[in-house]
Amino acid sequence: MLKRLAPVKRSHLALLLNSISILIVLLLLSFGITNTEPTYAMPPLHSLRPIPAFARKYGLPCSACHTAWPELNYFGLAFRDRGYQLGNERDSPIWQNPSYWPATVRITPNWHLERTTNQIVDSTPAGSLGGNVTQQGFDLSGMDFWLAGTLYKNISFSILPSSDSTATFHFENAFVRFDNLAKTPWLNVQVGRFELDNLISEKRFLFLSANGGLYQNYHFTPVGDANIFGIGDNQIGVTIQGHSENSYTRYSLSVLQSNDGGVNFTSSVTAPGAADNLTGRTFDLFGSFTQGFQTGSLGLQRIQPFFYYGHRATVFNQTVGGVAIAGTGTGNVPFYRVGVQSDFYLGKFEFLPFFQHAKDNVYLANSIPSNTPLLPGMQDAVWNGGFIETHYYWNPQLVLTQRYEIVRVSQQGLNTTASNQGNTDAYSFGLRWYPIMFSRAGLAWHMEYSRVKSIGVVPLSGDGSGNPPLLPTTPVWSSSAFIGFDFDF
Amino acid sequence: MGTLKNSSLLLFSAVAFAVFAAGGSPCFAQIDINIHTATTKMDSHVYGFTGHAFDDGQGRPDAGAQLYRRYCIGCHGPGGDGTGENAMWFDPTMGYEKPRDFTEAVFKCRSTPTGTLPTDDDIFDAITRGFVTTNMPSWRPLTEQERANLVAMVKSFSPRWEKEKAGTPITIPAETPATIESILHGRELFQNIQCWKCHGSAGKGDGPSAATLTDTKGEPIRPFDFADSDRFKCGETNRDMYRDFMTGLDGTPMPSFSDNIKPEEGWDLVHFLRTLMTTIKTPERATFDSWVKSHPGQLKPLGEQAPPGTAD
Repeated sequence: MLKRLAPVKRSHLALLLNSISILIVLLLLSFGITNTEPTYAMPPLHSLRPIPAFARKYGLPCSACHTAWPELNYFGLAFRDRGYQLGNERDSPIWQNPSYWPATVRITPNWHLERTTNQIVDSTPAGSLGGNVTQQGFDLSGMDFWLAGTLYKNISFSILPSSDSTATFHFENAFVRFDNLAKTPWLNVQVGRFELDNLISEKRFLFLSANGGLYQNYHFTPVGDANIFGIGDNQIGVTIQGHSENSYTRYSLSVLQSNDGGVNFTSSVTAPGAADNLTGRTFDLFGSFTQGFQTGSLGLQRIQPFFYYGHRATVFNQTVGGVAIAGTGTGNVPFYRVGVQSDFYLGKFEFLPFFQHAKDNVYLANSIPSNTPLLPGMQDAVWNGGFIETHYYWNPQLVLTQRYEIVRVSQQGLNTTASNQGNTDAYSFGLRWYPIMFSRAGLAWHMEYSRVKSIGVVPLSGDGSGNPPLLPTTPVWSSSAFIGFDFDF
Repeated sequence: MGTLKNSSLLLFSAVAFAVFAAGGSPCFAQIDINIHTATTKMDSHVYGFTGHAFDDGQGRPDAGAQLYRRYCIGCHGPGGDGTGENAMWFDPTMGYEKPRDFTEAVFKCRSTPTGTLPTDDDIFDAITRGFVTTNMPSWRPLTEQERANLVAMVKSFSPRWEKEKAGTPITIPAETPATIESILHGRELFQNIQCWKCHGSAGKGDGPSAATLTDTKGEPIRPFDFADSDRFKCGETNRDMYRDFMTGLDGTPMPSFSDNIKPEEGWDLVHFLRTLMTTIKTPERATFDSWVKSHPGQLKPLGEQAPPGTAD
């Protein structure tokens, strides 16, 4: 078989050299594809969120609302700000053909490779040692089955049952939204589980691999920290939003349950019973303000300062059979995130810079109840991070992407912890090519390479064996190569 | 190990090649995205912005063609003739108008006399405003420079723009007070110039001719229902209404009445039309209703029952 196929490969090499795909091929070569290591459970792949149901409803191509789906352009953002309405007096479903069904389904069959260094693996005959773990093969992403639309003029909804690749479902989002209250676009209310108004959306970005498919900054917490919070996670609560007619000026203020978007008073939608899903009864606050500026032929520039201030319970005294009851926690201690994110255009280039400063209370940082005495050396955990992501839109059907991201811990929760433990560097690049682009469905050929280095801890992607290295000062490199067909109907 | 390494690379390469090879094959070519225009030299001059249809080597990545391909091609088509992939799904019998055919350079919403080309500002305003009750949204979120580029792009589809200049915008006099005399005179005009034939005596778009109306493409078209909405396709202000019936909506059965109505009388008709709007509270309607209450039986019917000149 190989002898028959090898000449074919050589005969097309010249063509490949003229395509961007060769870059990935060369990367794989340099990466050293081998398959000698034992296999582990593949990490979940991340899913993204376009809604071709709206494209079908309004007859607009994907590119009208998306720079490259699923990322929203500024027309798409304005459409979302208006409550998924064009404002043409035909937004209510009564104007649609009765057969119209506002649903979309999306999944990404793919081939991917994950390689993680310094993993603890069993040695022969016994014990453990550090080693590299490489996993590769065909796989599926999670699946989204999204329903979203209008219930009436100025009343919209979204329900997103989302599964991992084994078809275990949860509600990624579910909300109802009321727009133009008091007949002004400055007063809109959304209730349910939804994405925070992050200008740089993790739910709508252009990376899919295990390592590239999340912003490290959106989920990072230092070593030993008990705080289960990610500003990129969908949260549950109520949001008041407002915007100008063109959505160049926007604000968002949210009151959120202190459980990172969990349901049933837990902090996790998928792992009830886990120790980290116990919550209290407090509320968090998120706020953001976005301003856009026109800069002639360069395009529209946006900047968004934001903050998140929350509490987490640390004391759980009410128990049944010794098991704490979810939602009854006390001993709330604070944490916050504050930063600025932007969306800058330079012609066909889009730059997405992000900076965040974060702090977790000492009790969270050391995972201890707030009614217990602190040990010497315990302190708040403080860290800073940022990234810059770049997109180059060759045309509406081809986008090249890259992102460099860092997280630096400036103060560990325990001062004896190595000062750089947990520090993270991540780099991703890739392309998405949309061979078809019209208003009924979408198909993208996605290629991506991502690499994350975390000092002394397992990277957030959670691949490999999922364990930190033997030494807390040793870096773990985790890499992903991904090629898939991302389709949405 | 080497075998597996080679097979992985081979597989990856094969997939990569297959996809790129397929990209150039007819299987992905069922939707034409290659824009073809009457000219590639078209510019626009709008509110201080100069728009360009094509890059023409000047490094303008936001030139109109790129934007047109991204936002407009689905409805208006690669040739700008209104035959985009979605056009077939717009059913005029259900009130959804077909996309505009730019190759004809005939536009409803203009500040210029009937039969003339609109100004660049007119097209810019239409793109900015959108067309209510159609799938043409407001493109206000696009920057002004981008909208100016799209104006140039719209113009590039018709050779008329190379041969003709835009018309001179009509002069709109200052609005007169919305007195009961003005409203009643407007009502008389509504009867005399036979607005009711299409719009109906109550302005509900159900006049005796309404069901027979077609646009210049032969597609069914409905007269505006004043009782249903206060949002007109060409703007929502009194000034927009005045302009509409003085310039006419080219391409539709709505003619220009500039030869039938004196400029100052136009405001009387505007004031009366405002009384037909039941979805909003208008001062004109309040004035009119008050007069009707205090003058029982004095208002004569509109429409076929009332001969011209006997509306009040």
